[in-house]
Amino acid sequence: MNRSAIDLWVGVFVVAGIAALLFLSLKVGNLATFSSGQTYRVDARFANIGGLKIRAPIKSAGVVVGRVADIRFDNETYEAVVSMNLEAQYAFPRDTTAKILTSGILGEQYLGLEAGGDGVMLKAGDRLRLTQSAVVLENLISQFLFSKASEAKSDKEPAKPAAK
Amino acid sequence: MAADKLRHELRARMERLGGTVTSYALRLGFASRFLAYMVMHSGTALRRFRLTIAEVYFAGVLSLIIILVSGLFVGMVLALQGYETLQRFGASESLGVLVALSLVRELGPVVAGLLFASRAGSAITAEIGLMKATEQLSAMEMMAVDPIARVVAPRFWGGVISMPLLAALFSAMGIFGGYLVGVQLIGVDPGAFWSQMQAAVDLRADIVNGVIKSAVFGVAVTWIAVFEGYDAPPTAEGVSRATTRTVVTSSLAILALDFVLTALMFTGGNAL
Repeated sequence: MNRSAIDLWVGVFVVAGIAALLFLSLKVGNLATFSSGQTYRVDARFANIGGLKIRAPIKSAGVVVGRVADIRFDNETYEAVVSMNLEAQYAFPRDTTAKILTSGILGEQYLGLEAGGDGVMLKAGDRLRLTQSAVVLENLISQFLFSKASEAKSDKEPAKPAAK
Repeated sequence: MAADKLRHELRARMERLGGTVTSYALRLGFASRFLAYMVMHSGTALRRFRLTIAEVYFAGVLSLIIILVSGLFVGMVLALQGYETLQRFGASESLGVLVALSLVRELGPVVAGLLFASRAGSAITAEIGLMKATEQLSAMEMMAVDPIARVVAPRFWGGVISMPLLAALFSAMGIFGGYLVGVQLIGVDPGAFWSQMQAAVDLRADIVNGVIKSAVFGVAVTWIAVFEGYDAPPTAEGVSRATTRTVVTSSLAILALDFVLTALMFTGGNAL
């Protein structure tokens, strides 16, 4: 094989490799959707964040408007402090509600924003006052069991004297 | 009498063990010195870049077929197996995420590295070993040409350049294979396939880390290959043994390095 043929093949190989890398970063990764960098940061406090993770999406009306930037634990109020980066093009009223929701029954958790009616918009560094914690499955199940148990008890109690 | 014999036996064993450990340590030290020498004398390989290009051809272009075909099939199998499991949980739309993350994070670098070690690494070892056995390397030295700079370094850089490109091609081909089986054959919604993949795969955390992994594997495999070739006993048996050792050692090195790199990259160092 002569030199120019080798050069040609190596050139094709390198171009194909770089094309594969571009394909991975543009089509498979989220470079294209995440290059628009302008964001502002807002905090919110939750009693329980469940399985929320850093980089989880923040959705409003189902549309991704930002990402969770940081999760800390406040040792004075014993609450979780979630910092979120919202995209600058989306402005929300000051009395917006933040909820921790789950996509699907076993899906990952995300932060849902529900816009309020206030005329003043959120600024960088503001804190969302209205929050709703994650639903913890164990608490839900224990509540359900307790209510079932008390139901069963109230069913039984009037039956007892009748049997005697 | 019996105790004496036993002590003798034990002592001989300990000596053999010590000898083995020392010889491994010596070889490792020699290999590190070899790597340092090779990198410092890479001037020729980089100045006369055509030498390196020829090696990219032998290590990279000639490995293309096996990498592309195996990537395609690995992706197709991943899609089939993943679909079987995911649809049980009603999550078959996450098929794209499963295929892309497994390929970009793990299978792309690791399987491409293993194939590269057996396809290109063994060839490099055999070539250098045979050059040594037929005294071509000594002849070069006689002509005041440094064989490490002229023969070994271009092969090293050729392998180091080829490996990340091959791993990227493997991953891309695998995702295409997953798309073929998942979307075209099984009928997963193409919109969900791509959009969930894009939402889950992160450029920095997944793709760049995968490329770093494959680059590390490339350095490890080619280093082992050129060293085993250069260090091979100059006999037919020695070269064949060195070729086997290249494949075995570099496969083990890839898997061990993969564990360390995964622990560092994807768990935030918590596992170590």
